[in-house]
Amino acid sequence: MGLFILRRLGVMLITALCLTFVVFFLTNLYPNLEKLAKTQGNFRMSDEAVESWLENRGHLQPMPVKYAQWLGVLPGFVNELQNGTVLGKCVKPGMEPDEIPRFCGVLQGDWGFSTVFREDVSEILATRLGLTGILMFWVMVLMVPSALIIGVLAGMREGSRADRSLSTVSILSTATPEYVSGVIFIALLASSRYGLGPLLNDWGLIEGNAPFKGTATSAMENPTFENFFLPVLTIALYGTGYIARMTRASMAEVMTAQYIRTARLKGATFRNIVLRHALRNALIAPFTVIMLQFPWLLNGVVIVETLFNYKGFGWTLVQAAGNNDIEMLLGVSVVSVFVVLATQLISDIGYVYLNPRIRIT
Amino acid sequence: MEPLSWTQIILNILFQFSPVWIALIVTFLVSIVYKRRLGLYGKLFDSTIGMIGFGLVMFWVYTAIFAGVFDLVYTHDPLSQVSGMKNKLPGEPLRSAEEGEYAYYLLGGDNLARDVFSRMVTGSWVVVQIAPLATLFAFMVGITLGLPAGFYGGRLDTFLSFLANLILAFPVILLFYLLVTPEIVQTGIPNYMAMVLFMFPIIFVTVLLNSRFYTRPTLRTPLLAAVLLVMFWIYLSVISAKGTVVSVLPSFLDLFDIPGGILVVFVSVVFVNSPTVFRIVRGLAMDIKTRDYVAAAQTRGEGRWYIMLWEILPNARGPLIVDFCLRIGYTTILLGTLGFFGLGLPPESPDWGSTINEGRKLLSIYPHPALPPAFALLSLVLGLNLLADGLREESLRD
Repeated sequence: MGLFILRRLGVMLITALCLTFVVFFLTNLYPNLEKLAKTQGNFRMSDEAVESWLENRGHLQPMPVKYAQWLGVLPGFVNELQNGTVLGKCVKPGMEPDEIPRFCGVLQGDWGFSTVFREDVSEILATRLGLTGILMFWVMVLMVPSALIIGVLAGMREGSRADRSLSTVSILSTATPEYVSGVIFIALLASSRYGLGPLLNDWGLIEGNAPFKGTATSAMENPTFENFFLPVLTIALYGTGYIARMTRASMAEVMTAQYIRTARLKGATFRNIVLRHALRNALIAPFTVIMLQFPWLLNGVVIVETLFNYKGFGWTLVQAAGNNDIEMLLGVSVVSVFVVLATQLISDIGYVYLNPRIRIT
Repeated sequence: MEPLSWTQIILNILFQFSPVWIALIVTFLVSIVYKRRLGLYGKLFDSTIGMIGFGLVMFWVYTAIFAGVFDLVYTHDPLSQVSGMKNKLPGEPLRSAEEGEYAYYLLGGDNLARDVFSRMVTGSWVVVQIAPLATLFAFMVGITLGLPAGFYGGRLDTFLSFLANLILAFPVILLFYLLVTPEIVQTGIPNYMAMVLFMFPIIFVTVLLNSRFYTRPTLRTPLLAAVLLVMFWIYLSVISAKGTVVSVLPSFLDLFDIPGGILVVFVSVVFVNSPTVFRIVRGLAMDIKTRDYVAAAQTRGEGRWYIMLWEILPNARGPLIVDFCLRIGYTTILLGTLGFFGLGLPPESPDWGSTINEGRKLLSIYPHPALPPAFALLSLVLGLNLLADGLREESLRD
């Protein structure tokens, strides 16, 4: 088991290095740098001016060298101009020349400076990830139990009417990407002029004109049911169907196993068979699926945060990518690659741990 | 003129779709009458779910073809703006309809005073052109790499699987943002990727034909030469476009030009999809290579590629067909995602993702421009999922 985890960690490390290099390469191509020079310096720079601007700041070094500097394994680029100002990767505004550290990379905890938000990348990431963490937590609270319940109810009597209708519901939910369900929910539940809002108001069921809010900006300080339920529901819906289908398949398979037949012949009630014999074995497969669902949730988070204007991690990604904020984008990629790889590792270890047949061999 | 009531709107829309209804009815009648002779396709008509799915999918396919090729179904030009129709509600009459012009905006006007209904209908043409073809290319890539990986195993498998996992570990949206921005397009990276990815169909067909007719050189050589010539010509016309980095063909030989945005979108969708197909094919190949008929072919002295392409692949077709349907749906969702973030396709493009993106800005005041494309996308993907479900059920039955 220890060796297995070590090997997995090794592969993970190589994958992370490769991926970050790819992102680094794609964000540091010359057109991006040119745009950076023009937004940071002057929009009407000539080509030569752009070149010297980039040259002075070390952007024109070979790609592997720049990557190593960004990682923090090579000393950061420093360049003293003729007039005495020191430019370089590690130089922060307002820093004395002798305070400049030699290394400043991700490994030293220096993630760079965001050109859009005018703040340290690590600080932005911390606050934004916190906001997204709250969103993800509620998504999980809503998604996992409902998906498991739907899956177990559908799978315990394969082919029954309940199975058919629940399966159709889960197919419908997997066919609804977040930007479709989000738009439908907002039009139906958050519009003060159309949809259910005015109707419910007429019947005296709700106070205002709409039961929910179409934006979640206020949820960043004070999440309430009114402003936070729609984004959570939108993300959860797409994943629910998928997990429910996996649970159903695994439950249906377990229900045909020999030991279930034995339990049935022994005279156990159906309720007992499902809860005590089938459920535990049926939940092994969905566990891996739930863990592997995280990368997908990341996608959903980006869409929903953009749609509902909730300024979390996904929103930051869109802003950084849309405004050519290179260091911010690199930071965002490192975090998301890490999340993906970590969930893969947990799901592998968890699978081995939960399944005695693999654990013992 | 008075605005139309909701009943009139629905009746008018149903009437606009009349060529689609006729085509659908003919398809269903013919298929049901001859279903016993049509193999797996015919069996689809034994399952209700499969039939509903097939109906939904064909509805959009026919709509796309009639709108895109024959200029039927839609009522106004999807790009033209009519004055006074900005954000008008469904059923609103045009202010001064000219002779021969359709007098109403059936589903209202959008923020730029364009007809929502026509945009939704023509949007289907964008999806129907790109999604199946991109999925097909992803399958070619996945099959060409997945079969040897599963069949040989060893180092090749380790290397290819590592590459596939690398791409899969990328969050899709991040990848899109990295690949589809104008700066990256300027460097020509998507064009180079297209050069690599579009090679795979040629490799696939060459190996397929070569392994089959290897023992009959008189037939094989001319056949391969002809097929390769045609495919290479198409290949060069596709990848070379004037004004981009890759411009290899002189213009009189260039058959067609794909608009830059579409090519980039196409390439990135293929790129995202192929690792998953690779994993599926690899798994199937690993499973099937232990069967007796593979051993029999080996004893017979068949070549390795023959075994992979003519013994293993046909026996893996069931799961692959099902996944193909699901994957078209997924590709549709990806295309919508690209449109939703305004990546790749031109901003005035009527595709569903872009239309939803535009409509969402005024969503709580004017929901009508965003809802039709949303429901259209939903119904197409739902149809594909139901179709895949029906196919799975029917292919498991025998």
